[in-house]
Amino acid sequence: MTLRAKMAAGLAMATALVFAGSAQAEPNIDPNPDVTELVINGEIPITIRAPAPDHLDGALPEIYSGWLYRDASTREMEMDDFENPAMPFVDAGIEAWNAVDGSEGKSCADCHGAIEEGMAGVRAVMPKVNEAGALWSMEDYINDCRVNRMGAEAYDWDKQPMKNITAAIAAQSRGMPVNVAIDGAAAPYWEQGREMYYTRYGKLQLSCASCHQENNNNFIRGDHLSQGQINGFPVYRLKQSALVTIHNRFYGCVRDTQAESFAKGGDELRALELYVASRGNGLSVEGPSVRP
Amino acid sequence: MRKLFVLCTAGMVMLPSVLAAETAPGDVVFGDLGAVEESLTGTAGNAEAGLEVATTRSLGNCLACHVAEGWAHMPLPGNIGPALTSVAHRYTEAELRGILINSKHMFEGTVMPSFYNVDDIIRPGDGYTGKAATSVEPLLSAQQIEDLLALLQTFDEPEEE
Ligand code: HEC
Ligand code: HEC
Repeated sequence: MTLRAKMAAGLAMATALVFAGSAQAEPNIDPNPDVTELVINGEIPITIRAPAPDHLDGALPEIYSGWLYRDASTREMEMDDFENPAMPFVDAGIEAWNAVDGSEGKSCADCHGAIEEGMAGVRAVMPKVNEAGALWSMEDYINDCRVNRMGAEAYDWDKQPMKNITAAIAAQSRGMPVNVAIDGAAAPYWEQGREMYYTRYGKLQLSCASCHQENNNNFIRGDHLSQGQINGFPVYRLKQSALVTIHNRFYGCVRDTQAESFAKGGDELRALELYVASRGNGLSVEGPSVRP
Repeated sequence: MRKLFVLCTAGMVMLPSVLAAETAPGDVVFGDLGAVEESLTGTAGNAEAGLEVATTRSLGNCLACHVAEGWAHMPLPGNIGPALTSVAHRYTEAELRGILINSKHMFEGTVMPSFYNVDDIIRPGDGYTGKAATSVEPLLSAQQIEDLLALLQTFDEPEEE
């Protein structure tokens, strides 16, 4: 047998063994063809599969929310806010939104109005370039308001008060299509993020694409690999019983390649956030979502 | 005199393993298609120890990506790579050693990690801590590679058609 034939035989067998009698099929196809709809509270329809954005150039045939890769019980938790364990944090975030804090005696609501109006659509376009030309994540805009307009202390990127308010703000855009800008002033950041996405970091020499592009819909140990989309963030992870931020997830995925990871809230992860967000342009904002 | 002779022979018999120092990752000689003929240690591998390496997350973690009859007792193997149940029929010993050391010679661009390699590592970490590595060691030791090889050679169930 030639080497190529050997490899083909091996691969064919693996496929036969693993997929025999299961609903699983080849990678990169709809992970849950039988599931057609996510509607939250019976009134907010969520786009969970969408045509791949042009910039992906065929790298993924279609884009899928991470929700589609989860089992029925996890998916159901997201269909009803009374079942969604992230919602108490949204309530805490709304409380913080309306609370006066800092030396100027102001709340977020004093400048932006009710969160439902002031923040609708914001999550869908984050991260974005600010007036000074720097790429900012939502956390940066929040801390800018707190420090420079309210005279309050900055929230720690990965601590509860920040997670509460980002969850509350995300929830105001549920159902709206993710639509981050990747051209103009955003272009160099987007390029940086794309470069990172395809760089094989760490002693395991794995890139984001190794797992979430080449192997989405396969299993790594017991984990069903999704496309690694961030439309559902912040996510409530049942395993951690906690809200998880985008940068926390990125940090962990890079760490798990046995690499020196990147600082949460650092320039690198902001750029990566923009690029990964752009791979989900067209999916609905779904956060705060529920994951295993 | 006789005693001296015995000592000498014993010395000569032992010589190879004493002299056969481990091959360092940078000194491994890859043949055609990435096969590695020579043992990394000169000491035959132990399949039982190999199974431990294959199924331990902090070591080979092979079952994260491969199904194999040999570790069917472990829960939830992954399916990123091919099933290994009959792999001893598909590859020679040297080919298997090469795949374990650095499979990228044989499978260009593969996601399978290179287990005995220190080159081209970007941002090497200190295990799974997220912190920078202080020195870059290969993922597995030379003897662990030989142990895995001994294990894979027992994966010789007939190939299904
Ligand atoms: C070694 C494999 C691996 C690599 C490399 C990897 N990830 Fe992940 N990632 C996972 C696993 C496993 C999960 C949990 C299952 C899932 O949602 O895909 C996950 C989950 C995620 C999620 C959560 C998706 C959701 O819907 O909750 C995001 C976002 C993500 N990864 C982004 C990335 C990015 C960006 C990179 C590169 C910096 C990366 N990952 C690299 C294995 C990996
Ligand atoms: C991150 C995933 C991953 C891990 C971990 C991994 N492999 Fe692999 N392995 C692969 C892939 C993918 C292939 C197929 C080669 C290719 O890319 O075409 C492969 C191929 C092989 C082959 C050749 C099989 C064939 O039929 O062609 C052997 C043998 C093998 N791996 C053994 C191991 C052993 C032993 C370990 C642990 C020490 C291991 N692998 C760890 C992904 C992995």
